[in-house]
Amino acid sequence: MLTVENVTYKAGKHTLVKDISFMVHPGEVMVILGANGAGKSSLMRLLSAEKKPSVGSITLSGKVLNSYTAKELALKRAILNQQNIINLDFLAMDIVQMGRYPHYSNKPAAHDLDIITEVMAITGTTHMADRSFLWLSGGEQQRVHLARVLAQIWDTPEALLLLDEPVSGMDILYQQQTLSLAAMLAKKGFMVVAILHDINLAAQYADNIMMLKNGRKWYHGSPAEILNTKSIYDVFEAEADVFTNPNTLKQLIMPKVMIHQAQTTV
Amino acid sequence: MKNGLIYAILGLGVFFTAALSLSMGAMKIPVQDVLLILAKKVWLFKNTAVDEQFDTVLTIVRMPRVIMGLLVGAALGISGAAIQGIFRNPLAEPGLIGISSGASLFAVLIIAAETALLAGLSNLLGYYLLAFGSFAGAGIATLVVYQISRNDGRPNVATMLLAGIAVNALAGALTGLVTYMANDQQLRNITFWLLGSLGGATWQIILCLIPFVIIPLVLLPTMAKTLNAFALGETQAQQLGLPVGRVKRWVVILSTMAVGASVAVSGIISFVGLLVPHMVRLIFGVDNRRVLPASALMGALILTLADMIARKVVAPVELPIGVITALLGTPVFLYILIKDKKKITR
Repeated sequence: MLTVENVTYKAGKHTLVKDISFMVHPGEVMVILGANGAGKSSLMRLLSAEKKPSVGSITLSGKVLNSYTAKELALKRAILNQQNIINLDFLAMDIVQMGRYPHYSNKPAAHDLDIITEVMAITGTTHMADRSFLWLSGGEQQRVHLARVLAQIWDTPEALLLLDEPVSGMDILYQQQTLSLAAMLAKKGFMVVAILHDINLAAQYADNIMMLKNGRKWYHGSPAEILNTKSIYDVFEAEADVFTNPNTLKQLIMPKVMIHQAQTTV
Repeated sequence: MKNGLIYAILGLGVFFTAALSLSMGAMKIPVQDVLLILAKKVWLFKNTAVDEQFDTVLTIVRMPRVIMGLLVGAALGISGAAIQGIFRNPLAEPGLIGISSGASLFAVLIIAAETALLAGLSNLLGYYLLAFGSFAGAGIATLVVYQISRNDGRPNVATMLLAGIAVNALAGALTGLVTYMANDQQLRNITFWLLGSLGGATWQIILCLIPFVIIPLVLLPTMAKTLNAFALGETQAQQLGLPVGRVKRWVVILSTMAVGASVAVSGIISFVGLLVPHMVRLIFGVDNRRVLPASALMGALILTLADMIARKVVAPVELPIGVITALLGTPVFLYILIKDKKKITR
């Protein structure tokens, strides 16, 4: 279980995260939504232990996050970042193998190799294994990184998977595949925390959504509970209609057309 | 390819190039005599007679030179590979980013001071002082370039190269200043040293060079895994629980130690640190667990070859070895730039 209690994070004069508390249980996909600058990325840096909270505490499986050593933490949580630029000519397989680095000292064991094969199959990257990472398309590269991140925590029960805008700039098929994979992993017992920009994707895949604004938690609950015209306007200052998809019974968000000021005054 | 096979091939290559290099010179010594004399040195074929003149020339003149070439080549090769690892970029070369000029500035300062204070650099202590001084100069230059070029945990290539230009310019200007103010004796020592060659090799110098090269050769390959993960970015490597900060520190210390001491004994030999790891990656792949040891072997091989060319081309005069490596290295550097310009300059 991931428990965040009254966490505040200050960088210099600015308070980027203000008094946020929430819990994520094994099996849960939690999506963080918010406008640019709402504090999503700062919160993610706190959850990944890259930064320490100024006030409050974060505990993972009953132990304070910052009391884990880097190595212990690498066995319990993995992070998929938005973009990773690599300049050296590694094979896709080499990159996935890096995900197992925390698990072996010099040579990967048979168990590690099995996991690498398995995650590459599940992420659809098996056929890229022997190709140079540099020559893969952006979407393929991101998939390889996903495989690497999964390899890192594949055999850890109740591991924490952090996805920092994992599908930004990716095509619709990759978005669906990545998030359904995340949901499947949650079923396996992982805790998944993802930052997304697309409210519709959040509505489809999240068990719970947390909406941030100005570093504060404004709404937190299931998509059905909190996704509505008012909450979207409160957090994003954008007008939108919210429907229910008759096929899936999930929320559908349709932003309203804005008539530009300049046009109305002419 | 299996690692053992790679090392065996490279090792044999190094050995035979070295033997060939030993046989070459004003007095031609047949390769089989070279091998026999070498064998006798390790207590084999004790009773076979060898030409004493050959033995003397080999032991006193040629062996120090070839061994120094092997050590300097290995040092430049492995340091180049390791530095490229922490900078996450195949263009980071000790000469390009100011490391060599930092080392040479300190070396020149010490030579000037030595000539003024002591009676030249004739003793072992003097060589150690020179090696440590160059090490310090190299270390300072690396740290300055690294810190300036870092942006959000990742070294930015454009900034890295520009910082390298600045450090090179400053070190060059200061070196010029010292040279300008030097008296005749100092000038003679500085010029002799700045020309850079393996020609000054003696057993004494090798004795001084050995620890500066062997320690990095042993320790750097132990950091290969973390260096691989550096390719993902420092933050990502940290997320994998790897000792990013420690490895970065040690790579800077160890590779500047090797480069600094090499510059101290042989002057600036450019492009080996760039060329060698690149060749190794092209042939054996980019995994640092392989690239680091293979770069050391390949560096030793290339530098011995370059030294042979330097001695052969306009014999009996010899060209500075730095000229040869630059002549061979520049086209390769340009080739890498043209071929990979999209992927390495981001």
